[in-house]
Amino acid sequence: MSLLEVEHITQHFGGLCAVSDFSLRLEPGELVGLIGPNGAGKTTVFNIMTGVYRPTSGRIHLDGEDLVGLSPSAIHARGLARTFQNIRLFKKMTVLDNVRLARYARLGYNPLEALFHVGRFRAEELKILEHARSLLALFHLEDAAGERAENLPYGLQRKLEIIRALASQPRILLLDEPAAGMNPPEIEELMAFIQRIRKEFALTILLIEHQMRLVMGICDRLVVLDFGATIAEGLPHEIQKHPQVLQAYLGVEVGE
Amino acid sequence: MVYFLQQTLNALQLGSLYALIALGYTMVYGILRLINFAHGDLFMVGAFAAFGIAAWLGWPFVPTLLLSMAAVAALGVLIERLAYKPLRQAPKMSAVITALGVGIFLEHLMLVFNPYPRHMPELMPVHLWTVGRLSLSSHQVLIIGLSLVLMLILDWVVMRTKLGLAMRAIAWNGRIVPLMGVPVNRVISATFAMGAALGAAAGTLYAMAYPVIDPYMGVLVGWKAFIAAVVGGIGNVRGAVLGGFILAGVEIGVAAFLPTTYRDFISFGLLLVLLVVRPHGLLGRPRLEKV
Amino acid sequence: MKMRWMIGVLLLAGFALSWAVPHFGWLDPYILLVLMYLGINIILTASLNLVNGYMGEFSVGHAGFMAVGAYVSSVLTVNLFPVTGAVFLFPVAVVGGGLAASLAGLLVSIPSFRTRGDYLAIVTLAFGMIVKSALENIESVGGPRGFMGMEQLTTLPWVYVWVVVTIWILRNLVFSKYGRGMAAIREDEVACDLCGVHTRRVKISAFVVSAFFAGVAGGLYAHVLQFINPRMFDILKSTEILIMVYLGGMASLGGSILGASIYTIAMELLREQGAWRMVLMPLLLILLMLFRPRGLFGLREFPWLVPLRDLVLLRPVKKQKEKTHVPAGS
Repeated sequence: MSLLEVEHITQHFGGLCAVSDFSLRLEPGELVGLIGPNGAGKTTVFNIMTGVYRPTSGRIHLDGEDLVGLSPSAIHARGLARTFQNIRLFKKMTVLDNVRLARYARLGYNPLEALFHVGRFRAEELKILEHARSLLALFHLEDAAGERAENLPYGLQRKLEIIRALASQPRILLLDEPAAGMNPPEIEELMAFIQRIRKEFALTILLIEHQMRLVMGICDRLVVLDFGATIAEGLPHEIQKHPQVLQAYLGVEVGE
Repeated sequence: MVYFLQQTLNALQLGSLYALIALGYTMVYGILRLINFAHGDLFMVGAFAAFGIAAWLGWPFVPTLLLSMAAVAALGVLIERLAYKPLRQAPKMSAVITALGVGIFLEHLMLVFNPYPRHMPELMPVHLWTVGRLSLSSHQVLIIGLSLVLMLILDWVVMRTKLGLAMRAIAWNGRIVPLMGVPVNRVISATFAMGAALGAAAGTLYAMAYPVIDPYMGVLVGWKAFIAAVVGGIGNVRGAVLGGFILAGVEIGVAAFLPTTYRDFISFGLLLVLLVVRPHGLLGRPRLEKV
Repeated sequence: MKMRWMIGVLLLAGFALSWAVPHFGWLDPYILLVLMYLGINIILTASLNLVNGYMGEFSVGHAGFMAVGAYVSSVLTVNLFPVTGAVFLFPVAVVGGGLAASLAGLLVSIPSFRTRGDYLAIVTLAFGMIVKSALENIESVGGPRGFMGMEQLTTLPWVYVWVVVTIWILRNLVFSKYGRGMAAIREDEVACDLCGVHTRRVKISAFVVSAFFAGVAGGLYAHVLQFINPRMFDILKSTEILIMVYLGGMASLGGSILGASIYTIAMELLREQGAWRMVLMPLLLILLMLFRPRGLFGLREFPWLVPLRDLVLLRPVKKQKEKTHVPAGS
């Protein structure tokens, strides 16, 4: 059985069919790229997987458990963490608090303990403080811990968003255009970064990306989406030559 | 039956006034996404302006109304320029709080000069027509008729003129429109001027119908009109009118069966229920957030 | 930070002072009264800041919660508690008022699950109006004429204790996962949800705790004034609390203390100006919004209000031995 099984997902918005009959399997440890032209429905797939939208039909199984209908926070608690196309950090919160927030669900104390700072509160808070600190240290961000997230340079904000997702110790990481707005050297660095976290955190990663350089460089497998439907699936070098993909991207007629 | 008709007339009169004020809220909200909490007080200033003109200049109804509308329109534009415009890029709540502040400022400035309620002089003699036990005053006809005319003019401006097109475009997407050469500041000023003028018209008419006026008169009426705008779907011009009449209908209906002290309780309760069931109001469109 | 124990000493000294000053008559009774109002205003401001500042909602009905607390505690001390024990049962009455208000807070938090921003503001506004209107219709508490018969049970030491308790508990909440959840809801609710935060639970805790202390403030207020009526808790009162919050600054307990103090004292100093006072007050607010929209102390905090655990990391000591360089863009 695969780690994640997305089966026949269809999503209608009024008359618009954003995703139609989309299926995807993720094996543990895989790094899969989800590519496709703008408006193909890639981010919608992420939104469905993370519980922002409830699909019109279809099922999503994580380790055999159905995720459809669960709230975003419940899905997050089951090990699916994500980043966003346009960075969505908590801008006015510190770097440290951005990371600590992601462990909200893992903090085992109740409101009463929080109101009086008693019971499990101190031990639990100390635990996540250490965890967040070591996570930041791992990526050389510990000195920026007290800085507001909005004051970080763009590249670091992207990185912090990934660290925030890692903080919850997810099994599957969904990256939505992590390389957006980066120049080639930065992309090189990002690729190394993704490879690194994949190994160190034993992650299964699904990423949306437009930068072919990145996708071809690190993905084990690619899924191509166009008009909400899967048009191709396979190894990166196969996809590069796939006629339907060329048509979708370049407008080349099939068979020409 | 006669009683019902009589109450319907009262509801129409009150509804027209609510609708006129609600239009000011809804227009400003539509274009700036700002709840202009000072609007109820512009209504009050309108009433006092009419009082001043009538009491000291002794002008008759039509010039009194027009001058009051013009003066309050100027005040509305002035407020926008001085207090709201510098905050257009600031966090939204700053502008809302400023609006609350402007409202309190207007109320208490007026209170300094009018510590006691004023009695509005009669702008025109009241005729009373009676058909059986049903009575209809010329003021009622005037209020309902004039409000309808003003609303139709506004609807025409919004739907049929270039200015209205620009207003609707800004309401639709305020970021893009300036790039297309629309003079945004002028359109916003015009919106404030129109909203304030309608509020002043309502104030003048209100003072004729209920001739004891005081600086706090705009607070509750303003909130009610605001509810009307929300019920109709804030940002929607026709919704504001619909909301005004619905709210007035409910209030008059409640007052007919229960002690009047329950009126506010019911109308605000109605608002709460509606917000839970249909948060974007009757004619409003829900705004989706993009993830 | 080794001086933390000083805070405890100062707090105790403050309590002793709050008892001694009225006891030995060191200050004019009028100034004592102002000090009590000041304390009540601090409680109101800090509690509203939880919802409006930390969580970034725009609640305009805080006076409604205050009214619930004022009425419930007054009914408790006047009608339900034995006359002789009233002094000792006063804290019970205040807590009772607070609990009743927090129940109302629970109700108001339900619409906040689905709506936010302007629409939630309208809900809270309507709530405030409904409370006032309901009180006007309950004859057993005097209807529009109001309710009286309370003894002056609120004393300076009581106000002092409640201010300290309020600030302490709010600080505890703010520096917990719930507080971080509130700030994250303010910044980006969708992302917050997607980070695993149980946003509903966070919203409920913010509204309930905020309303509780508004109710406490109401109970204290009623037992200073010894007379309450529904008009005292109208929109103007709510606005006044809003002004104190934004004057002091959003998401800052220190700011709330500052805001409430400056506003209360300024209003007393301006008392001689009569009607002009309420003209100057909103003018001040408008100027503040124009030139310092975040308030005097917005998004900042006095170090003594921050738990050590958080303080250590937020103010990193510059490392001398190795310069850990944060490569930009990496």
